[in-house]
Amino acid sequence: MVVTGAPASVFAHGFAGKRFFPATIATDDPFVADELSLPTISTSRTFATADEPSTRETSFAADISKRITPNFAISAGGVYQWLSPEGQPSRNGFDNLELGLKYQFYTNAAAEAILSAGLGWDVGGTGSKAVGSEPFSTLTPTFFFGKGFGDLPESVPYLKPFALTGTVGVAIPTRPNTTTTTVDPDTGELSTNIEQHPNVLQLGFSLQYSLIYLQSFVKDVGLTAPFNRMIPLVELSIQKPFGRGGGPTIATLYLGVIWAGRYMQVGVEAIVPLNGNSGRGVGGQVQLHFFLDDLFPKSIGRPIFRD
Amino acid sequence: MSLRRAIATALLACVAAQASAHAFLDRAEPRVGSTVHPAPRELMLWFSQELEPAFSTVKVLDTAGRRVDGANAQVDPADHSLLRVSLQALGPGAYTVVWRVVSVDTHASEGEFVFRVGQ
Repeated sequence: MVVTGAPASVFAHGFAGKRFFPATIATDDPFVADELSLPTISTSRTFATADEPSTRETSFAADISKRITPNFAISAGGVYQWLSPEGQPSRNGFDNLELGLKYQFYTNAAAEAILSAGLGWDVGGTGSKAVGSEPFSTLTPTFFFGKGFGDLPESVPYLKPFALTGTVGVAIPTRPNTTTTTVDPDTGELSTNIEQHPNVLQLGFSLQYSLIYLQSFVKDVGLTAPFNRMIPLVELSIQKPFGRGGGPTIATLYLGVIWAGRYMQVGVEAIVPLNGNSGRGVGGQVQLHFFLDDLFPKSIGRPIFRD
Repeated sequence: MSLRRAIATALLACVAAQASAHAFLDRAEPRVGSTVHPAPRELMLWFSQELEPAFSTVKVLDTAGRRVDGANAQVDPADHSLLRVSLQALGPGAYTVVWRVVSVDTHASEGEFVFRVGQ
């Protein structure tokens, strides 16, 4: 048989050359893919403020991403929340619907590098007021990057399985402030309260050590299942309000591991607040994530339009 | 569709027989990053998926970039997840294995690793 050309083969979810980037739970992925996160279950406790008691927050989330072209994808996500404030009745409901689009504009196989740009849209008014969903929308333009360290010198082979991914975004509320007028029932006097809605700088990073990469490309150290498919990682999330009065910075660390199989991956992380504004005590989250391009390669797992 | 039914559908999809996926290198002989002696006469690569024989290749290079395999890579007829190629008589030194495979559903993956032949 004479082979005259390559097949219409495709590299998909999270690959840059031989580097496989898993879908991280706290940090949005730098790549576009056909993927489904169902569910992401998270629980943590907020720090008490002058206005709000410490609250146990538990959420159940689902997110789906669909490639329109090989490098352009749209996404949608929803979160159902249960809030249990200390000494107060619990409340629950859906948070606002989140829509997004992302374009992966740079992929360098040799450098194991990926760059993307995207826009998130927190659709105001689609969630429940009971869980504090905003009645206005927030737009978040974001830059994404991913870099594997497989191109490090041969003198440091055990550093090659490391990879770093990250996001830099700014959440911009479409309403700068909300004015509330109340009437004192005793005096009849009107009082006006103006709540400012600052922009928020959103930073996210994940540092990963891929045992898959170690075993397949650096040195077979004899790991067997399930350890040979694991990726221990650390994630860092920072949210810094600025403008319109600003607000406290929230910084959270996530420590965990992802196991990646053929069609899905499972992630488990501890949630560690790094300052008083970020929460109280250690929380946790777990995610089941499906590779739709591998599950349904001939239907919903492929781009609608191929280049 | 209820949430419970959606989850069940997704889980069932995981074990659907028709589904396929990216091929990861599962193991190799000589092993990735190993030093072997005597020199092997064949390289074998086991993948996590069955491969498309026409588009799955491997080559072995010495430190000067010269090809030292027999240029006869083939997917094993009895095990479609095994890619094998014969090797020339190898002297002591480092050798780079470069592979590119396509799984049966046309998902491509690629990689390389080094093994060494000892004195």
